[in-house]
Amino acid sequence: MKRFVSTLVPVMALYMWLTAGSGDVFGLWAASELVLGAVLSVITAWLTALHVGSAGVTLPVNPLRWILFALYLIGPFLLEMAKANLDVAYRVITGRINPGIVRVNSGMKTAGSTTALANSITLTPGTLTVGVDEETNDLFIHKINLTEEEAARSAWDSRDLFGFNLPAMIRRFSE
Amino acid sequence: MEAVVLICLVIGLLFNSLGIIGILRFPDVYTRLHASTKATTFGSIFVSLSVIVYAAARFAGDGDRPMLSLALHVLVAMFVLAFTNAAGAHAIARAAHRSGTLPSPSVRDDLNEEAGS
Repeated sequence: MKRFVSTLVPVMALYMWLTAGSGDVFGLWAASELVLGAVLSVITAWLTALHVGSAGVTLPVNPLRWILFALYLIGPFLLEMAKANLDVAYRVITGRINPGIVRVNSGMKTAGSTTALANSITLTPGTLTVGVDEETNDLFIHKINLTEEEAARSAWDSRDLFGFNLPAMIRRFSE
Repeated sequence: MEAVVLICLVIGLLFNSLGIIGILRFPDVYTRLHASTKATTFGSIFVSLSVIVYAAARFAGDGDRPMLSLALHVLVAMFVLAFTNAAGAHAIARAAHRSGTLPSPSVRDDLNEEAGS
């Protein structure tokens, strides 16, 4: 029952989000869309509850975490992304690159938080995630420009890859 | 409103073009992925933003309901784009490394030492 409801609510919400502006019911929806959405949501939730095991990936239920996640996306993450793009633009024009792959200690404990970090790394300055060590959650990062000091450094921490302390923020909303 | 839409469009197209130039100029798979994932994600987000601003302003102005629908759809597309682009880049980079396409030029390759030992 819990699994049924936890699928039903997000699916119905998504359907309403995508059909907003179709009519007059509650100001925004067409009656036919609401009925169809409800029927489809019930079918989807029923099938999901029947076939999907409980051991899957869990999403954080606590709304505070979602708010933190949203703040992270529009704040520090967007800034780092803007920096990343100016950096790539500079290297595209000048062609100055000195690439290499380094092993980075991510400090993350769960699969979800490692994924969030890996995605953040890919979209931020000069770095691209190539692989992950699934036992230690270490990430293998392709860096587009290694300085001489960086090429020789042995212990990398994910904190070193960003201007802001993004890994700490990711830990706060995903672990 | 039109100025904001135009500025977003110009920034978006500029970064998308840089991404394409990067793909042509960089020497190997990994550096090309840098250009294609970062620049095109950022560029496409700005193009999406210009659509959202335009549609939201039209909806606020004359209550044009299809415009609200358009803005909400593009907002979803923007988030999906950011996540799938990064995940797709991981998949390509990992597949390239596993199939033996090593980064070149490269000053260091921790992942390869790992596989060799």
